[in-house]
Amino acid sequence: MTERYRILDHPADGKFRAFGETVEEAFGNAALAMASLMWDWEKIPSRLEYPIEIRGRDLKQLLYKFLEEILYLLDTKRFLLGSVDDLTIEPGEEFVLRAVFRGDAYADRIEIFGDVKAVTYNEMQLESCACGPWVIQVVVDM
Amino acid sequence: MDFVRIDDDTWEIPRDGAMRVPVRIYASARLLDLAKRDQTFTQARNVACLPGIQLKSYVMPDGHQGYGFPIGGVAAFDPDEGVISPGGVGYDINCGVRLLRTDFTAVDVWSRRKELLDEIFKEVPAGLGKDGATKLSLGVLKDALSRGAEWAVAQGYGWTEDLDRTEEGGRMKEADASRISTRALERGLPQLGTLGSGNHFLEIQKVERIFDPVAARAFGLEGEGQVLVMIHCGSRGLGHQVASDYIQAMENLIGVVGLPDRELVCAPISSPLGREYYRSMAAAVNFAFANRQMIAHGVRAVFKRVLGTDRGMRQIYDVCHNVAKIEAHVVDGRERRLCVHRKGATRSFGPGRTEVPDAYRKVGQPVIIPGSMGTASYLLAGTAEAEDLSFGSTAHGAGRLLSRQESLRRFRGEKIREDLGRRGIELRATSLRGVAEESSASYKDVDEVVGVSDRVGLGRLVARLLPIGVLKG
Repeated sequence: MTERYRILDHPADGKFRAFGETVEEAFGNAALAMASLMWDWEKIPSRLEYPIEIRGRDLKQLLYKFLEEILYLLDTKRFLLGSVDDLTIEPGEEFVLRAVFRGDAYADRIEIFGDVKAVTYNEMQLESCACGPWVIQVVVDM
Repeated sequence: MDFVRIDDDTWEIPRDGAMRVPVRIYASARLLDLAKRDQTFTQARNVACLPGIQLKSYVMPDGHQGYGFPIGGVAAFDPDEGVISPGGVGYDINCGVRLLRTDFTAVDVWSRRKELLDEIFKEVPAGLGKDGATKLSLGVLKDALSRGAEWAVAQGYGWTEDLDRTEEGGRMKEADASRISTRALERGLPQLGTLGSGNHFLEIQKVERIFDPVAARAFGLEGEGQVLVMIHCGSRGLGHQVASDYIQAMENLIGVVGLPDRELVCAPISSPLGREYYRSMAAAVNFAFANRQMIAHGVRAVFKRVLGTDRGMRQIYDVCHNVAKIEAHVVDGRERRLCVHRKGATRSFGPGRTEVPDAYRKVGQPVIIPGSMGTASYLLAGTAEAEDLSFGSTAHGAGRLLSRQESLRRFRGEKIREDLGRRGIELRATSLRGVAEESSASYKDVDEVVGVSDRVGLGRLVARLLPIGVLKG
């Protein structure tokens, strides 16, 4: 399988690059990259699902709010993300993202090894070139 | 970038381009070189460009790269012409440190220290997925946001005298909970009274060395071997969401055009949005005060249960190290009210300031500087010089040195636990991988950081503290 994301070195916090043939795929992989800083998403069964809808004035704000939704669901529902499905992004005056988060509620058997406090705009990059896929870079506060 | 040496521990980046003021750095040559490896000084220069900044953009000895503002950054702004920035406070609003003294010595508690830690681990929820024991309604939460530690004490958490020994009396009176978003409230609701995880911790410590017996006595330290308890945590998801909400609101309303970094987004202090952020931030500050108040209560309850008494477990002090506050400072011979941002920096007010509680007014405010896991922490006293040098501020910790990835490559949590155990330090943690990420070798040398603080006069050394038990979320 092609690489979904890569965790990068950052002097104090968490940094990753996520890849996708489309912007939607890159967004989904960015969500998994962020989850991977806190738990092993591959081990989370799909027992719960949350449909989400996010609006942003540009793609960067959309990404910021999309990733923040993972933290919101973690704090309020103790929800651990395992997969992101049916992700669509509708451009317009405002960008609208819809997706389904699947995963499970926190249980003691699951090791939580990191604490992402917040998504940031620091060094955030969202790029595609005519020749290749999308690359998303995000730094999160840990 | 030019670094002009002022003396052994003081450096300046002169004004150029869009900078309104120079950057002033307090660091040894070694700490300066370490901070040069990342974006610390570019960020401090960016801060120097913001409207209304007074005198200098400061970097404390533990400075490192942050978002928008560097960590260890201090900047004061004119309330009429200046700005307030969520990035100048940080996401973890009122992340801070509380220190309790006890009448016990390390010898007294030695045989029971494992039991103490185990009981605290049960009493104080720690880790990412753990909820607080108290189930609150939204109405009660808003009351806590308005009244901070006062609210917690009124609910029976801790002692009334704790309030006087907390920065701001445990309550920022400007707090307004009415504009806090539902999302922020929802995130805070289950988390009041919880330690969280990441770099947050609770330690049972002993006094290893006293540098200043007069200040130590005033703070309630009696001698080497005395047991203390240190609590390091903040406003949890509520504060993170408040920061994020206002970053978005300022982006949408004011925009980020012309800013070198989107995280520097800010609003005029005197604007409706600037004032609203200040009041909402104050409410998040109060959440963190209430949080540490509840945790301190839990610690006392455990000591009472295990050792038979919580007598003498007085609070030494509670400091904020991520905050913006309106304070009086003398600039060019004139007293002015300024909005001082301290992001990863601790207030360090000297003798005589009215903000310092009566009991400490002769020696200066207690400044609590936590080290990294398993290393020393320090108690300092604020100085009058700091008011001239850094708007009354000093460092807040050791400051990170290695990336989390590098720490994971180099260290194993299990090995760290064994090493600590051999040195007589018990460890309880929710995740061993988290332990590896927070290993002491991943941080700068806290001894060097506080050494600079002492030599420059930002905060005077009072005591060196060593852990005997560490609880990591």
